[in-house]
Amino acid sequence: MTDAFGPLPAVTEPAGSAAQPMLDEQDNLGPVTPGLPDFSGSLTPSGNLRRRQLISGFAGGVQTVAAVLAVAVLAIVVYSVVARGASVLSWHFLTQDPPLIAGEAGGGIAPEIVGTVVIVALATAIAMPLGILIALYLTEFAGRWPASAFKLALDLLNGLPSIVIGLFVFGLLVVGQHQSGFAASVAIAIIMLPLIARATQEVLLLVPASLREAADALGVARWRTVRGVVLPTARGGILTATVLAVARGAGETAPLILLSSLFGNTVSVNPFGNEGLANIPYYIFTSSESAEANGFARAWGAASVLLAFILVASVVARIANSRSTLSR
Amino acid sequence: MRPADPSEAADPGAPNVRRRVRINTGGPAPGTPVAPNGAPTETSRGLPAAARRSSALTFGREAIFDVRDLDVYYGSSQAIGGVTMQIHRNLVTAIIGPSGCGKTTFLRSLNRMNDSVPGFRIDGTILYHGHDIYGGEVDAVEVRRRIGMVFQRPNPFPKSIYDNVAWAPRNLKMRDGLDERVERALRAAALWDEVKDRLHQSALGLSGGQQQRLCIARAIAIEPDVLLLDEPASALDPIATTLIEELMQTLKNRYTIVIVTHNMQQAARVAERTAFFSLDVSNGRRTGVLVEYDDTEVMFTQPADRRTSDYVTGRFG
Repeated sequence: MTDAFGPLPAVTEPAGSAAQPMLDEQDNLGPVTPGLPDFSGSLTPSGNLRRRQLISGFAGGVQTVAAVLAVAVLAIVVYSVVARGASVLSWHFLTQDPPLIAGEAGGGIAPEIVGTVVIVALATAIAMPLGILIALYLTEFAGRWPASAFKLALDLLNGLPSIVIGLFVFGLLVVGQHQSGFAASVAIAIIMLPLIARATQEVLLLVPASLREAADALGVARWRTVRGVVLPTARGGILTATVLAVARGAGETAPLILLSSLFGNTVSVNPFGNEGLANIPYYIFTSSESAEANGFARAWGAASVLLAFILVASVVARIANSRSTLSR
Repeated sequence: MRPADPSEAADPGAPNVRRRVRINTGGPAPGTPVAPNGAPTETSRGLPAAARRSSALTFGREAIFDVRDLDVYYGSSQAIGGVTMQIHRNLVTAIIGPSGCGKTTFLRSLNRMNDSVPGFRIDGTILYHGHDIYGGEVDAVEVRRRIGMVFQRPNPFPKSIYDNVAWAPRNLKMRDGLDERVERALRAAALWDEVKDRLHQSALGLSGGQQQRLCIARAIAIEPDVLLLDEPASALDPIATTLIEELMQTLKNRYTIVIVTHNMQQAARVAERTAFFSLDVSNGRRTGVLVEYDDTEVMFTQPADRRTSDYVTGRFG
């Protein structure tokens, strides 16, 4: 028996030599196998196990610190923005047009809020269907070669500096014409597109292959399977991906400087007008450079509004998702 | 000494298994040229086992599937070779054999579920009511519409119980009397009484056995011709397994059933006809072959092939 195990006895020998006499004295407990470890010792960790537990505890602690640090950074940013912006935040600030003469006290950022909502909504309307279709193509229909090529292209697009995208859209839609909310939406849609497509693709890959097989085996065409089984299963993840992209797109500033920085100071909802749409990121940018002391506070105020906008969007998406998802 | 565990027998690294299989090969000795279709023995070459012996069960019964010289390849490796067999209407046909012998590959070839596997390729023909399933004009979706499948692990959609059953009929333009159709399918799958009060709750809240019966209900809701069951009870407890086995006895009046199973007792209990697949390891290739195919009773009491008797008596695999 021992021969069959080869080198094993050497490992267990120390424990075995100690255990052997003890077991022999008690005898009649059945056959005694030489080289069996002593099972009667203390159950508290010792030796190597003790050492590994210490390392494990240390590593766990470092991870917790890292996680807390990330949350702390978020908390500090949110706190400092809201604390400094709070002085200007008021119903008046949210609902009034800015003063006619820039830098003058009073007035609100209503056109900026409305403009940002319009620009981002239009960008989402462009990027979300395209992004989902791209993700569906990559996961459900494309062969291995085209899929990896498209994935690479999307990653490159994701890495493109937003000012470059802004410049591109500037040349495409603004040169020879004029700035517009639509141009800004196109640029932001280009920024959002790879985010939505890649995140949606990851979610679609999480849909178990067994569900697709089940649907295939029912003799239902593939696109119906995608629509009826794959998409509903992945809906939550797709919504989350879109909200993250919206959050990213809503804060983009560089393209807006080129594409939507000239606008009137009244509320406009027309992205196809003769001038750009007012928007919060550009407002923050200009106000923070303003000579007037109050301008800085107003920049913080606008920043808190932008943060709230993103927060509300995420919360609404979460609620909508939990309402529609079938749970156990 | 050696446990009769099929998964161990299929382990390519176990040398004694390889030796054992070679000894048991009733066909050509190693080195002897095998038949061109890759079948090593008299049993599976040329005449299918079914044609060798007259069977009261198949006499005058329509053959739903007529498989001729089927070879299946995944890339460069051959999964099954030279399978010739007929599957008859309203019988339960079991496919047994050790792991890795191509049972599931064969089953999935019957309704083109292997199409999406990269490198999948077949030689030979599978005739279904006389139509070549892999014919140029044939669409896999139409094939699967007629030949349903239930998988090893229960895979209900993350939808309500009702929607699980109703989804395919809705998509296949069978919307009239949908409620009745759902009820009929659930009754046929012996699930109705357990779920009739919670049809609109998630199917994921059901137990494993209930989920598997739901999958059967889902498959028969579109009234297919054939049901392919791929080890439908292997993930279930004995009571749920018994329920599924009883279910098959009623379903065979309406459907033609092909079941792949690991479990010989299950095959003996549920199937009228049994096909035994095994691994042929000659020439250093491991290919699944049909060793013997006959009435279940014959297969378990007086099999013609040595490998079959070794397998059904638990001597290997």
